[in-house]
Amino acid sequence: MSNPADDRGAAGPAALVATASQTIGPYWALIEHPEWANLLRADGPNAGYDQGERITLTGRITDGDGLPAADAVVELWQADPRGDHEAGFHGYGRSGCDAEGRFSFTTVKPGPVKGRGNATQAPHATLTLFARGLMTQVVTRLYFAGEALNETDPVLNAVPAERRGTLLALPVGGGVWNLDIRLQGDNEPVFLEV
Amino acid sequence: MSDPASYLPPATGSQPPLNSPAYGSTHKRHPKQAAIRIAPTLTESLAPRMTQGAYPAIADLSVHQGRQAQGERIIVGGRVLDENGRPVPHCMIEIWQACSTGRYHHPLDTHDAPMDPNFNGEGRVFTDADGNYQFTSIKPGSYPWRNHANAWRPNHIHYSLFGTGFAQRLVTQMYFPGDPLLALDPVFHAVADQAARERLVSRFDLGLTKPEWALGYRFDFVLRGRAATPMENPQ
Ligand SMILES: [Fe+3]
Repeated sequence: MSNPADDRGAAGPAALVATASQTIGPYWALIEHPEWANLLRADGPNAGYDQGERITLTGRITDGDGLPAADAVVELWQADPRGDHEAGFHGYGRSGCDAEGRFSFTTVKPGPVKGRGNATQAPHATLTLFARGLMTQVVTRLYFAGEALNETDPVLNAVPAERRGTLLALPVGGGVWNLDIRLQGDNEPVFLEV
Repeated sequence: MSDPASYLPPATGSQPPLNSPAYGSTHKRHPKQAAIRIAPTLTESLAPRMTQGAYPAIADLSVHQGRQAQGERIIVGGRVLDENGRPVPHCMIEIWQACSTGRYHHPLDTHDAPMDPNFNGEGRVFTDADGNYQFTSIKPGSYPWRNHANAWRPNHIHYSLFGTGFAQRLVTQMYFPGDPLLALDPVFHAVADQAARERLVSRFDLGLTKPEWALGYRFDFVLRGRAATPMENPQ
């Protein structure tokens, strides 16, 4: 059998190969800690954090039939209000989905993040989805509709114009931004890989 | 400051496709459109620091509320490396599994097997400075599922790992050597490359085995590595 690493020139013949992903399955909730969806929880790593604008990020995950993905899990990864991932704000959260497929995070609005070269990225959060029936995670980004920097964001500009809306959360009032995610079918979000 | 290095593309056949027809739950859940490849930014090359202060370790699943779980006690240990062969220190590993009879401590699990009240099935450990980890548990039982006629999952333990970059995020399952159900399992066989698939099977390890106490199994994880030279800008 050929060594699968051979077709990755940069990896070199002695390189290891990353462990295969396997589905998170329906029982991941055994390790679910609903409080992790609140990044500002009083006993969490951001206890006492008082900077930036407090927001709620919500959405609903559905499958190719439009049925809720009630066993899905969404992970949030974002920068702090100044666009820094490492300045002390713990930008990680995890939310399960309810019977309607809804997730919800309590967090602060991220700031613009330095991009490649001299680029600036518009404020965004990475959403990583796991579920029964997903053999590997799928990754997308949540941007904030109406943000001026969206026009020049390098990732949004790499996305076909007609699909950009699948990455834009809409304000629904009271500091809540909503982005529904259809895993399969019309208006599937743009999933990203690096 | 220079741009973040690219990650190595997955080795051919080493990762399961999202569309894995033999696994029924993928039918309505796999995206139809291909992902768009982007060059990594700080968002992809940095990761949250998971510390034991915020995420306390649970390194012994074989004892729950002071009582011993039923079943075959096991010690699982190994190393977390990246594809460049470097150890991944202080890496958080989450663990979840069924009890010895194949029941999850979970309301949605309705399998008609006795549930061990002394087994919770949740663990969390961190690698040391050299990437080594170890935990104690009970060998999980097999359980039926409705994927196909007379379908049973091979014995397995679920894992979730965070690396130093969010692009390294890994959720996987570890299997046990000699399990006859492996040959029939569509989740295992979704990994096309035989060598990559077989690396999901732990090895019995007499060195990890503790006399008169527990059987040892070795299982190493490899997270995505960095390319030596930057990828051509895909945009
Ligand atoms: Fe399982």
